[in-house]
Amino acid sequence: MSPVSTANSRLVYDALKASGVRLMSALPETWLVHLIRMAEDDPEMTLVRLAKEEEGVGISAGAHLAGVRSAMLMQNHGFLASINGIVSCAQLYRIPLLMIVSFRGEFGERDPWQTEGGGVTEDLLRALRIPFSYLDSPGHVAHRIAKAATLALSANKPVALLLCRDLMWEEAS
Amino acid sequence: MTRVEALGAVYSRLENVVVVTIMGAVAAELQGIGHRPNFFYLQHAMGLASSMGLGIALARPERQVVVFDGDGSVLMNLGGLTTLARYRPRNLVHVVFDNESLLSVGGFPTATSTGSDLAAIAAAAGVPRTARVATLDDFTRAFDEALAAHDLTTIVAKVDAVGPSKFVTDLSLLENRFEFQRYLTRR
Repeated sequence: MSPVSTANSRLVYDALKASGVRLMSALPETWLVHLIRMAEDDPEMTLVRLAKEEEGVGISAGAHLAGVRSAMLMQNHGFLASINGIVSCAQLYRIPLLMIVSFRGEFGERDPWQTEGGGVTEDLLRALRIPFSYLDSPGHVAHRIAKAATLALSANKPVALLLCRDLMWEEAS
Repeated sequence: MTRVEALGAVYSRLENVVVVTIMGAVAAELQGIGHRPNFFYLQHAMGLASSMGLGIALARPERQVVVFDGDGSVLMNLGGLTTLARYRPRNLVHVVFDNESLLSVGGFPTATSTGSDLAAIAAAAGVPRTARVATLDDFTRAFDEALAAHDLTTIVAKVDAVGPSKFVTDLSLLENRFEFQRYLTRR
């Protein structure tokens, strides 16, 4: 049994749905497994499985211009892999992106290969002037996602929510 | 065949379709023939024009979408061909103008100049209809067949490595973006 929290994944998913999201792009990573299955099982959601996360920027841009709200599910290393698209498509053209980013490599990380990306994620978001917040406790998931979606659309900008270990991982550490 | 001749040959078919182009010569030449509110020019983010086309095609399955791509851009997002094929939007025609070079940055040769075959790569990725054309008549025929087929098609059109004298046009990027969004969401 994976220690990824099904209940908290459900909170995140329901909040995205409530914000009007009807298309999600995703590249699988451990913490996203339940979210991706929920999207897959939801007949109202278009799930686009990617080969690389940067494609999701183009897909979300196209969906937005065509009137459909979308979200991107990715690991922070996928965010790193998407930066040119974020800058030269989404920011250049003032496209809202709602990025749900697994914040791997923070305190508590046991996988050595994840530890470098965790250390640069927040600084890169700041350098790119992407507004971001943390999802680290079930109580604020719904309203932080709603507020993030509101800002993305009013500002026509990418925003990010960092999915944190305390929310996503249930194993006692 | 030059790219601008190819664009001119199918221009009349573009009146009611949603068009996404890559940057540089394709954007400048299509604007030179005549901009329309249903044309969007992705003036950077190389590789993502086909992903934008996929996003539009999935969001608006009732609209025909045409992407005018290039060999350099496709080579930057080869994985995107597998995503296109995976979702197989039947309302998307993906044209790749292959001049075997990165023309707008000095004409340096791309891997298609040494044999990489983008039509074969698209077919192997799972794109159900592919074509490789080198003459204006064959391009026009392949384009019309793709529109009539109602299935995802990648057409690789071999074109001469020639382009416009300048790439910056008087259409601002954001003006184009908001006009295009308004066009797509008003109907």
